[in-house]
Amino acid sequence: MTGTSTTAGDSGPRWASAAALRRVVRDQPVLPLLALLVALVVAMQLVQPGTVSPAWIGTSIKLAIPLAILAACQTLTMLTGGIDLSVAFVASMSAYLIATQAPIHGPVLGVMLALLACALAGLGNGIGVGIFRVHPLIMTLGTGLVVVGLMTVYQVEVVSQGAKVPAEITWIGGANSFGVVPNALLLFVPLAALILWVLRRWGFGRLLFAIGDNEGAARLAGVRVWAVHLTLYVISALLAGIAGLVVAGVTNVATVTLAERYLLPSVAAAVIGGTSIFGGRGGYAGSIVGALILTVLTSLLTVMRMPEGVRLVLFGAMIAAVAAAYTRITEER
Amino acid sequence: MSASVDAPGLAAGTDLWRTVARTVRRNAWTLGLLGLLVVLLGVTHAIQPSYGAAGVESLAKAALPVALVAVGQAIVVIAGGIDLSVASMMALTNVTAAALMKGTSDEAAVLVVVAVLVLGIALGAINGTLVVLTRVPDIVVTLAMSFVWAGAALLVLSTPGGAAAQWLRDLYNGTVGSEWLPKALVLIVVAAALAWVPLRRTRMGLVFYAIGSDKLAAFRSGVDIRRTKVASYALCGLFSAMGGLAITMATGTGIPVPGPYTLASVAAVVLGGVSLAGGRGGLVGVVLAVFVLRLVRADLVFLGIDPNFTTVIEGLTMVIVVMVGAMLAMRSRRG
Amino acid sequence: MTEPLLHAIGVAKRYGAVTALRDASLAVLPGEVHALLGANGAGKSTLVKILTGAVHPDAGRILVRGQERQVHSPSEARRTGLVSVYQEPSLIPDLDVAANLRLSRTPLESVRGWLSKLGIERLDPAHTARELPLATLRILDLARALAIEPDVLLLDEMTAALPADLTEKVLEVVGGIRATGRSVIFISHRMLEISELCDRATVLRDGETVGVVDMNEGAAEEIVQLMLGPGGINRPEEAAPAAADVQPADGGRPVRLSVRSVRAGTRLQNVSLDLYAGEVLGLVALEGQGQDELFEVLSGSRRPDTGELVVDDRVVHFRHPADAIRAGLVYVPANRVDALLMQRSVRENISLPFSAALRRWGPIDMSGEASRVDGAVDRLQIDTRAQSEVRRLSGGNQQKVTIARWVAHGIRTLLCFDPTRGIDIRTKQEIYRLVRELAGTGAAVLLYTSELEEVQLACDRVVVIFGGRVVDEMPAAIADEPTLMRAAYGLPPEAGAQTAGVKA
Repeated sequence: MTGTSTTAGDSGPRWASAAALRRVVRDQPVLPLLALLVALVVAMQLVQPGTVSPAWIGTSIKLAIPLAILAACQTLTMLTGGIDLSVAFVASMSAYLIATQAPIHGPVLGVMLALLACALAGLGNGIGVGIFRVHPLIMTLGTGLVVVGLMTVYQVEVVSQGAKVPAEITWIGGANSFGVVPNALLLFVPLAALILWVLRRWGFGRLLFAIGDNEGAARLAGVRVWAVHLTLYVISALLAGIAGLVVAGVTNVATVTLAERYLLPSVAAAVIGGTSIFGGRGGYAGSIVGALILTVLTSLLTVMRMPEGVRLVLFGAMIAAVAAAYTRITEER
Repeated sequence: MSASVDAPGLAAGTDLWRTVARTVRRNAWTLGLLGLLVVLLGVTHAIQPSYGAAGVESLAKAALPVALVAVGQAIVVIAGGIDLSVASMMALTNVTAAALMKGTSDEAAVLVVVAVLVLGIALGAINGTLVVLTRVPDIVVTLAMSFVWAGAALLVLSTPGGAAAQWLRDLYNGTVGSEWLPKALVLIVVAAALAWVPLRRTRMGLVFYAIGSDKLAAFRSGVDIRRTKVASYALCGLFSAMGGLAITMATGTGIPVPGPYTLASVAAVVLGGVSLAGGRGGLVGVVLAVFVLRLVRADLVFLGIDPNFTTVIEGLTMVIVVMVGAMLAMRSRRG
Repeated sequence: MTEPLLHAIGVAKRYGAVTALRDASLAVLPGEVHALLGANGAGKSTLVKILTGAVHPDAGRILVRGQERQVHSPSEARRTGLVSVYQEPSLIPDLDVAANLRLSRTPLESVRGWLSKLGIERLDPAHTARELPLATLRILDLARALAIEPDVLLLDEMTAALPADLTEKVLEVVGGIRATGRSVIFISHRMLEISELCDRATVLRDGETVGVVDMNEGAAEEIVQLMLGPGGINRPEEAAPAAADVQPADGGRPVRLSVRSVRAGTRLQNVSLDLYAGEVLGLVALEGQGQDELFEVLSGSRRPDTGELVVDDRVVHFRHPADAIRAGLVYVPANRVDALLMQRSVRENISLPFSAALRRWGPIDMSGEASRVDGAVDRLQIDTRAQSEVRRLSGGNQQKVTIARWVAHGIRTLLCFDPTRGIDIRTKQEIYRLVRELAGTGAAVLLYTSELEEVQLACDRVVVIFGGRVVDEMPAAIADEPTLMRAAYGLPPEAGAQTAGVKA
């Protein structure tokens, strides 16, 4: 028998079902989340009958994809107990670089340049967090500032050229096939599958969980934590770059502050999705559902003509409530 | 028998030279900032010979909101936390003041100011209580609350509007005494002193340093950790409210969108010599840092450099300063 | 009989499945210096935490001057008349001395008075606590406590970090408190000091008070006996192949690991020892004699200040635990919390070192991993599925997981720090058996243990450390508990040789 600490208390059915509920929430957070998502979609249909259609679903998915990719950045970094507040700026940078470089060098080189710049930003983050042990919040905040500043300067240089999103990007990000299926899925599905695979079945994924759970123990077992951090933040920046491309495709516009409004929701999606900000537990599936929940919630509130203020308050309250609930439920730390 | 323990300087008495040396060493960072500021002023005058009293006044006015909120942030950081909702609290208090002051008498406006300051304390106390009760990390709590307070600001005023009492605006514009002493500067000094005196001189202020420096030792020395934490956030809320009122003073309206003040406050705190780990640093350095950052921005404008480059400078400065600070902290904690 | 100043009766405390205290009592009379003794894990520190209000007991009463008191914090404890000086200094590192005293509301002048009695004539109150050496901080803590003039002063290992002359002063001052009618609870491992200073001693063993001894002639012997318990727990026949079966260490076997004059931190002064392949070398020491630092150095977490390590005749420099692991030294720490990923599964914990190397960051060979993990789980008889979260396991199973990790990885040299602390008897046996098996197949094992009877159950040789140095070495056959206990306390081997110098 696997011994556990004996918790004295009545073992009546009520206690058992509450404990079972806690276990479900803790071990498979995706299930209650999917239930929440379905509830929101149903609410959408009730508030404005006829809204929920294949076209609407397609659009919602298309809008949710960039958020879901950015949520991956947060999920990966939060698993190690960190966070990446530079993702929105890096995404904007990527979009802006593509739009201004592709007309000169072609889309392929444009994408490569954009992603290279992102990787450099990620490298900066990784060095700060991994080697200098700066708190990820501060480090990524600082890097984000540097990125946005450089972009604003760069913007002045290229203002004459103008920024045009290449047709390929618009196709990927904004267009549909068969009428309703977003092409972005062509990009997102393999990407998400890769991330899920890495987290579950790669040594690197295991190391992320290990470092977040107990960095000291990981080090004692021979893990070079700084190397993992370095790699992690570069990957996060690359993902942010990809997200930026998709956003540019969706909106067909590239500005320096394009993705800014995705920053805090990306954190929210990861937190709601069950990834603990303490690190060591969580996963990407929940974050994807979290991104969908936030997207549908936003449309729902818009359709209900809720003032933006209410939407913001609900956002914040939800993050706080979910974080507190997860802390309480997994309190045995 | 004298001490057999050889501690550095332990056997020395109150040698004047040693005291001076130690004071300089302790406040090296602040003194460095002061020197930097003086140098920058000189550089500014060199670049722009017409930079005179008017320039100083606009500098002080630009610095006012940031300096106030940076003081609040510094208190929270010294006590070992951080508050990412300061910009939203500023927006909320700003619009509340502007909305309440619209169409009211000057006397009523005084009550509004008081009420808004109390509101700031309440907002901060809510932040702090949530941090203490939910045991969720302060980063997450204040990040979430930044949404909530921003949303509340939009609910008070959906678009910029409201008004500000004239006497309030008069507190901000112009100079007092000599033409070189802007009112805004006086406001900064007064507000900072209001915080600095209790923080550094009374036991009440010591507890903030205590819990930021070593929670266990603080507990054993008889400090109530939870109450102190909430108090630090409440004070931050108070100074954020002052910052919000500064925006009201400056613009005469309420703007429901949070400005870039959170980043600016963290940058000023970091540059001002307050350790992000808590327990160390003072307010003077933070205020000086605000002025240094503003002045650098102004200088770049005078030099014809893109003002947005200053964001890069600020970001880079923050990153470098934090990295250096982290290295120093690592070294001292190991020793 | 005078009423005790402080009386703790029937104090009990459990942490989940672990019982820290079952029935502890302590009676301190007015005007006495009372020692509190017990081996590692006897419950001393838990009792101290309960007395000072840091921890709430499950049962028991605490009476101060006959009045029952419930204490929840150090400030409440202070109000009831009990002030403690802890092992870690309680001064705020970033505040200067004057500010620290203001914080605890103790006047500078009275503290200065006590400081000079304790041998520190001049102290500049403008120094930050961080700038002061450990010994000074501890004396400051003591002076601060004395200035409060509490009814009962609790000193936890007061003399541990102090040089000899300051120790003398401290003992003098503490002894002088008697005359005022106030009392002192003196916690220490140093038998000589206790004999010199204290009036009576309470001995804890396995969470209960087993005796109160008047400090007369021969009290030291009585105390050692009480700490050991009835006849020791020598059950060699129950253990795995007993130590006597194994060949002597230097029967032509190579030296796997050589520690040469290693010094680290303030507590590890100068340790040299040789560890041979195929042997289990026991290490015995009281708390805080440098063994923690030694293991930190050996496992690669800490660089020695001086000295060197030689592995398989090659000098090695470890900059990271990965270096130690590559040199074949694997480490099982005392505290499972330091080694395990509590929220992760057994499988992930066991295969963690495997994923650490860069070339293994990619896709995992799941079936290969499964066979490795299952093999280790089998060998250690961990009774759980590989998927369960480690934190749901019992302490014994958790400990087995930490060992299984290295069994799966391959063990050349195993460093174990108190592996059986707080573990049930059956799991202990299994661990002893495993350790002997490993040695039998050629591994070298260094086993630090705080349970003396283990030495004869699992080890071939044993080394004793006191004051950061090796003070004794002997084959396991003659290493019975009384012998080890005396050596661990730095006492001479025969009882009766009273004032033979302590090897410090």
